[in-house]
Order: sequence, then structure tokens, then C-alpha cells
Amino acid sequence: MRSSPLLELTRMRMVTFLRDPGALFWVFGFPLVLAFVLGLAFRNRPPDPIHVVVVANAPLAQALKGDGTLNIEEAALDDARWRLRRAQVDVLVQSDGASITYRYDETRPEGRVARLAVERAIERSNGRVDTLRATDEKVSEPGSRYIDFLVPGLIGMNLMGSSLWAIAYGIVDARKKKLLKRLAATPMKRSDYLLSILLSRVVFLVFETVVLIAIGWLAFGVAVQGSFAAVGLLALLGGLAFAGIALLIGALATSTETAGGLMNLVMMPMYLLSGAFFSSKHFPDVLQPFIKALPLTALNDSLRAVINEAAPLSSQWAQVAVLLAWGLLPFFVALRVFRWQ
Amino acid sequence: MPEAATVLSCTGLKKSFADVHAVRGVDLELKKGECFGLLGPNGAGKTTTIEILEGLTPLDAGEVRILGKPPGDASVRERIGIALQETELPEKLTVLECVRLFRSFYSRGREVDAVIGHLELDEKRTARVAKLSGGQRQRLALACALVGDPDLLFLDEPSTGLDPQARLKVWEIVLAFKAAGGTVLLTTHYMEEAARLCDRIAIVDHGKVIARGSPQELVASLGAAQVIEVTTAPPLSDEVLKALPSVVRVSPKADARVLHAADVAAALPALLELARAQKVQVKNVTTREATLEDVFVHLTGSELRDA
Ligand SMILES: Nc1ncnc2c1ncn2[C@@H]1O[C@H](COP(=O)(O)OP(=O)(O)OP(=O)(O)O)[C@@H](O)[C@H]1O
Ligand SMILES: [Mg+2]
Repeated sequence: MRSSPLLELTRMRMVTFLRDPGALFWVFGFPLVLAFVLGLAFRNRPPDPIHVVVVANAPLAQALKGDGTLNIEEAALDDARWRLRRAQVDVLVQSDGASITYRYDETRPEGRVARLAVERAIERSNGRVDTLRATDEKVSEPGSRYIDFLVPGLIGMNLMGSSLWAIAYGIVDARKKKLLKRLAATPMKRSDYLLSILLSRVVFLVFETVVLIAIGWLAFGVAVQGSFAAVGLLALLGGLAFAGIALLIGALATSTETAGGLMNLVMMPMYLLSGAFFSSKHFPDVLQPFIKALPLTALNDSLRAVINEAAPLSSQWAQVAVLLAWGLLPFFVALRVFRWQ
Repeated sequence: MPEAATVLSCTGLKKSFADVHAVRGVDLELKKGECFGLLGPNGAGKTTTIEILEGLTPLDAGEVRILGKPPGDASVRERIGIALQETELPEKLTVLECVRLFRSFYSRGREVDAVIGHLELDEKRTARVAKLSGGQRQRLALACALVGDPDLLFLDEPSTGLDPQARLKVWEIVLAFKAAGGTVLLTTHYMEEAARLCDRIAIVDHGKVIARGSPQELVASLGAAQVIEVTTAPPLSDEVLKALPSVVRVSPKADARVLHAADVAAALPALLELARAQKVQVKNVTTREATLEDVFVHLTGSELRDA
């Protein structure tokens, strides 16, 4: 019996993808590896101890060792100074019994903190009594760690990479192999072909997003604070925005090489500017309007807001508008300029 | 018997790519149930012509009607089957998936399994395209062309690059399609293929039809059914050779001379006698039936296939 051409075409694309180990790795494996490597590098560690070097004074060194936050070493003056210059220690302490000298780099916060901590330890060991009783409350807000920042960025980056790669490259390859021409000679509706591209993308996009969110949650405890529906909608809009761009690249590029070049041209600036690994707020103010208009920025920012800050979708209307614009404009241009051979 | 209906007609077909005049005024007419061949050397404009008719290439000038409609019309695409000169079907799909995909495009067509069986691809149903041999790929291409149950089949060099056995299978499939009432337009370099499959042939060179007719008519147009190829040292002059009995034409071919003769029994003894009289050494002599190749060489002065 005859099945629906749209379904058959969608199936063709999905099957082609699923039977390609390389493509599978880049879409699913690579982001996982990346998340693990970055997660390891930036995992939350106990705070660094304060490194102190004491100049040839065993009793003083012994006294300071009573303070658990300090890491005390003893060294001759020259050696101690050399270590300070190399920033291997935060402060150098020298005492002649009557007075005490602190040597440290004032521009390094660690130096200033170290000086105060050593002073406090010496005063306490000399019998100073605090005038007020102090209680420490240590905070680690969910959603404020680096990995919390990273996971939404990885989702955005992955949606961009997989959409562009799978669609643009796929189209150019099919044209090169005359498959597009062959299809154009059948009664196949041209719109079915283009729709099947979007449809199969949506299916994979759901998988990609779910996998990354699950890994973020299970491996790093990155929980979705906001609504899953909002995350899903943003991923969908993001995926369609990149699909629109990819369709345009596929329509314009005549060879896989040009397609690769165009994809890098599109993706490189966004990898750097759109805040995948670090906040785009570090870039100068003049660039900000431009950066905010990029689809990956809109996707990353809105995903972060929803995942980390439980922001409602309504607060992300500007980002949604940017994504919609990127989804629609290139798509319709692509429809007009699409070449079948 | 009433005249068969015209399935395809084109007049004054022209197409240029930048400064290349690929097709320079081609007229064709295909009757229902016939197999029509475009025979010509590389770059003759065969592919360009057939792709214009398929609706894939826009034409510069001329008039085309296919099944009563302009080329590329949606209703025409429902009723034609196509195998392009070079298409790579999706490598990761299986034979079955490929045929099913193409079947889905046509509102009416043949059973997928029946077509796979007909093309003798049963064993390869679940094999991926990437794993098929050249002959199997070509049969798959034909399956995709036939699964829409077309009235008109366009085949661009259906057997180029295939071994003789695979070529025979392709021929069987085309002949079966024709026997069932289908109309075929094919291009080929192989005169043997043209002679075997085609009811009528147009010989195309430099974008023009330089001769047309049935294979027999074309060979008959040479005015001599036999060919003698002779190599002598030193060569005999064309004038003396032409004077031999029943020889109508003499042409050079590398070191040899090609004689078109109506009657070998008369021409050959005379040729050998001439050699003896002139004291030249006959190094090689062969005789054979005239073929389309000879027609082509006669018309263009060059070989059909690139050396
Ligand atoms: N898209 C194109 N752009 C530029 N020139 C082209 C194009 N297609 C064909 N040509 C030129 O048109 C001429 C006819 O080409 P065509 O492919 O029709 O020949 P053909 O008879 O099919 O040859 P072959 O037997 O090698 O397949 C050639 O000179 C070719 O270089
Ligand atoms: Mg050709």
C-alpha cells in the first residue's frame, strides 16, 4: 500500500542519520563528553586554603598551624621571597619577636585576605578574645554554579551544531549526488521534502534536549527550576531558527566545501559571542545589541533563565521574538532560492 | 491498424549553457509502445535533450508536448519513470526502503514487492544501497523508475559501465516494459544496445539529429550491407579500391581501409587479386555486416565512442 510521502521522506532522513555512527557521535556523544570534561574541570571543590610562608621562625610557624584555614610553610628569606613572587604563596610573614611584617601583593584579593587571616590567627594565639560571637552560614545556591551555567549553553550549542550540520550538509550532499534532481522528477511535492527536513529535525531535537537535560541532572545535579514545557518550547524555537539558517545555507552552497565554510562562518561568531562557555556580558557594551540579536544568544539566555532561575516564558518574549525571526526569515528566503540541481 | 498515438513530441529544441550550444534544434516524435533511442558520442547533447523532456532543464527555444502536456507538469510527472545518467540513491537506505520511498510519491503505482521481484532484487531487499553492485544499483534505479507504473520511461545510458551479463538483464527489463505497452526514450553510446532495443533511432551529434530511422533503415542507407576492413603494406590508393566491384565507399581507419560493399563475394576476390597484381602485402583482412557504428562513422567521420 502507498504510505504518505511526507512520512516516508521523514523516515528516510531519520534512518540515514541513525545509521551514520559519525553523525550520531557528534550529535549525542560529543556534548556528553564535553559536559563531563568541563564538569570535571569546574566541579565545586572545597575552598582553597590560604598559603602562608613563614621566614625561618619555627615557633611562629607552629603557632599558626593551629588554624585550619592556613597552609603554613617555613623557608629561608630568599626562598620565601622567590615563592611569593611566583604566587606560590599568598603572604610572607616575618617576625623578630617584637614586631611582625607582612609581605603580599595588594592587587591580589588572595594576598589581602591572607594577611588578615594570618593576623587574626596570631592575635588569637596570643589570647585575643572576640567581642561578638560570630556564626558562619555557608551558601551554595542551586543554579549558581558554573555547571548550572554550562548545561543550558551546551544544549543551545548542540542544537545549533546538529541542526546546521544535519540539514545544510544533507541538502548539499543530496544535490551533489543528483538525488534532489531525481526527486524533483517525481510527483513529490517540493514542500514535503522541505517539511520532512524540519520534521525529522524536531524529532531529534527532542531527543538531544532530553538527553542533555537528563545528564545534567543525573551527573551534575543541574535541575530545571522552571517549567519543562518552556524549555521544550525554547528548544523547538531554537532548533527551527537554526533549521531555517541551515536550509538557506543548503539552498545557496554549491559544494559541501562551501557549505562547510558557510556553516563555520555562521557558527564561529556564535560559539564565541553567544555565551556558551562564559557570559556574553563580558563583551563591550557597543557589541551587546548585536550579540543579543544572535539566535544562539537568545536561546542560551532564555534557556538559562528558565532552567536556572525558574523564569516564566513570558519574561523571555524578546528572546522568543529573536528566535522566531531567525526561524522565519531565512526559511522563506531559502524556499525562494532553493535549487534542485 | 490505426496509427499509434503520439506520446511525446518536440520541435526546434534548443539549449545553451553559457557559450556551449548543447542542443541546437532537435525534433522528435515518439509513438505509443515504441522504444526510441538517442545514439551519439560524448557531449552530443543526449542528456541535455532528455532532461529537457523530463522537465528538469528549462529550454531556451522549442515546443515540447508530453502526454499532451508541457514537460514538468505535475500530471506528467505522475506518468513518467526516470533513470538519470548518474544518481546516487541514499546509501544508508535498503533496497526496500528506497523503492517504498519512490512508491509513496505516486498516487497510483505498482506493488513494491512485485517490482522488487520483477527486478530480481529479492535477495537484496534488506541490503543497503551502499552494498549493492553496479548492476544491482542500476536495477534498483530501474525499480524506482518503474514503481510508479509509468506510461513513458526515460533512460539515460541505462547500461553504461555494466558488464555484459548485467547489461542483458537491463535489456530484458526494458523489453518487458515495452512488451506491456510502455513507451521508452533512451540514450546510449552502444550501437548494439540501440540495435537490440530500439524500434527507431535518432543519431545525435553536436546537438543535432543527423540521421533517423529504424536500425535496419539506417544501415540500409549506407547502400552496402557488408564491410571489408583491409590493411596492406604499402597502402592501396582509395581510387583503385573504390573501383572494385560492388564497393560504394572507402574510408580510412587508422592504418586500415574500410570498404563498404554490397556483395562481399564479388569484392573480396577482386581485392586480393588487386593486391597480388600491385605486389602489395595483405597484412589483415576482415569482413562483417555493416552496423550502426558504420553509419555513424560515415555520417560524422568519427567513432561513436571516445577511443
Ligand atoms: N549544466 C551544464 N553547464 C554547462 N555545460 C553543460 C551542462 N550540461 C551539459 N553541458 C555541456 O553540454 C554539452 C552536451 O552535454 P550532454 O550532457 O547533453 O551530452 P551527452 O550527449 O549526454 O554526453 P555523454 O554521452 O557524455 O553523457 C556538453 O558539451 C556539456 O559539456
Ligand atoms: Mg549524457
